[in-house]
Amino acid sequence: MMNVALAKTDTGRALSDAFAVARDRLPGAGKIAEARQRAFEAYERVGLPHRRIEDWKYTDLRVLMRDVLPLAAAPDAAALTRAAAALKLHAIEGARRLVLVDGVFAPNLSETGGLEKGLAIRTLREVLEAGDARLQAQLLGPENPDTMVALNSAMMTDGVVIEVADGAALTQPLHIVHVASGAAPSAMFTRSLLRLGKAASATLVESYIAAASAKTYQVHDSLIVSIGDGARLDHVRLVEDSREAFNITSSQVTLGAKAHFNTFGLTSGSNVSRYQATIAFAGEGSRVETNGVNLLNGRQHADSTLFLDHAVPNCGSREIFRSVVDDRGHSVFQGRIIVRPHAQKTDAKMMTRALLLSDEAEADNKPELEIFADDVTCGHGATTGALDESLLFYLRARGLPEKEAQSLLIQAFVGEAIESIVNDGMRELAVTAAQRWLEARG
Amino acid sequence: MMPLLEVKNLQVRVEEREILHGLSLTVNKGEVHAIMGPNGSGKSTLSHVIAGKPGYEVTGGEILFNGEDLLAMSPDARAAKGVFLAFQYPVEIPGVATMTFLRTALNAQRKARGEGEYSTPDFLKKVREVAAKLNIPQEMLRRGVNVGFSGGEKKRNEVLQMALFEPSLCILDEMDSGLDIDALRVAADGVNALRSPDRAMVVITHYQRLLNYIVPDFVHVMSKGRVVKSGGKELALELEASGYAQFEDAA
Repeated sequence: MMNVALAKTDTGRALSDAFAVARDRLPGAGKIAEARQRAFEAYERVGLPHRRIEDWKYTDLRVLMRDVLPLAAAPDAAALTRAAAALKLHAIEGARRLVLVDGVFAPNLSETGGLEKGLAIRTLREVLEAGDARLQAQLLGPENPDTMVALNSAMMTDGVVIEVADGAALTQPLHIVHVASGAAPSAMFTRSLLRLGKAASATLVESYIAAASAKTYQVHDSLIVSIGDGARLDHVRLVEDSREAFNITSSQVTLGAKAHFNTFGLTSGSNVSRYQATIAFAGEGSRVETNGVNLLNGRQHADSTLFLDHAVPNCGSREIFRSVVDDRGHSVFQGRIIVRPHAQKTDAKMMTRALLLSDEAEADNKPELEIFADDVTCGHGATTGALDESLLFYLRARGLPEKEAQSLLIQAFVGEAIESIVNDGMRELAVTAAQRWLEARG
Repeated sequence: MMPLLEVKNLQVRVEEREILHGLSLTVNKGEVHAIMGPNGSGKSTLSHVIAGKPGYEVTGGEILFNGEDLLAMSPDARAAKGVFLAFQYPVEIPGVATMTFLRTALNAQRKARGEGEYSTPDFLKKVREVAAKLNIPQEMLRRGVNVGFSGGEKKRNEVLQMALFEPSLCILDEMDSGLDIDALRVAADGVNALRSPDRAMVVITHYQRLLNYIVPDFVHVMSKGRVVKSGGKELALELEASGYAQFEDAA
């Protein structure tokens, strides 16, 4: 068995040890504990994904994930104070904040009171220890063969479980913030769930941030979303982790009929990161816009791997991805669209563009279309290039110093992906995150 | 009085080919100079080198601006010092709103000169005034820079910037190219309104037509990378009658 042999790298072995040490501390007994054990065995059969697994071709964790850090301890008072300071910089006015510090829900930093009608919020720990079987099943549900999802299933410690009842239209955005407090180098395993009932609507923002003193840490997160018939979710994801962090996040989104999912992700933080999203159409007449931006420099590596599963007819999807890579940064975009045999009248388009700011920057774009239906409109495009010298000169001839001229053109380049965010406040958030990156460039 | 611009024996190469072979030109404040010449005589190269466009290698000579070495400055530093090039083909910049561009550029120039930034109301007021004079509708200012603009609108946008930035030296590179008579008149009126004793202009053109609207004090004829003849505005009319062939032979 070659796979078993491969799994026994030092890092792989260290993860096995970590699970053995942590398992008794992890929430959920009985069936949950059994599910964890099965998930860990599934993980161990393959081990850390590497470049010979097609989906992980550009993000070889056997090379990029050098250490296995111990499971994070629950945050102490000092850690919570540092986290609170970091939160101030990333507060969203009017949003309901739900904070995970070092992978553990922090009630005192979160706003769980005065819930709008139809909104229920619990922690993952509560649901795994004493939740109803239906929620537990959904949390353990994803039949995802990916080993990092399996590892997350085995190790998940805490998270937020949000339910929005049929017909409830939330006016207040929900803001899940993952904060690394800067305690000892450690790993966090979180999983959150959002269930939107029929004709419900909500806005969800996820931020990944770190206290000023935080350096090395590992985020293993996953998000499970179900969007009911006629429901709508607006989703923004901002990865502004520390520059030495590692972040692997998987999401699994299922849409009912006539549902709408508008999602945008921006990654400017982390040393190594990967966001892998599966979006599945389970009901007809639904729409998805999924846009993203990577802003990378130094030796940052960021991978966005999206899988759109058009399993039913009459659905539409749009993907716009932009990456800006400086220094020796490495951006990866893999966009796979599958149109299954019965999914007639599918309208799916994907466009990815990369802007390289240095000779050593790298961007890999891999669009994949697998179409098994014959009456569909599908298309994809990918380009890679440098900043246009004639535009730069025009701006400089008008008095803009080089970096400022570049910034203006970079903002315009990523603008198309950001513009699709419907909510003004959320769009402003993405613009601000992009500006923070540009300002840090000097 | 120190000249505003002194080009002395300028030699310029592009890749391996020498385009300017020792060009000299002196421009004082308040003067309008026309530079005429056939295609390929080096007119646009001169304008690009003064503005600091990359890709040109200066192999000899110098350019002084108010006595300072212009060639040692970055393009943005030259703009802040008061050099303005109105482009022959202004570029389109999708995604950068014209207003954002104008404000960023104006404030960058002011910052470089150690002046305070304009407040937003003052800036808006100033842009509206200038735009109204040039018949530039507000809607155009909300669009991306030059995106979807006609040839005439692009040139008017150049004149708008000239009026807003208040440079001391304006170089107009083939401002008439691609314009019909009506568009040309609007742009030229805008330029004429900016003539002042403190400002000089260098009008580069292939045709005499533009000089009916922007009347120069001096006319220089370029051929094969040199100024081969200088004179008053009557020289332009002479050229209109006899063409450039005589100078091509002489050069």
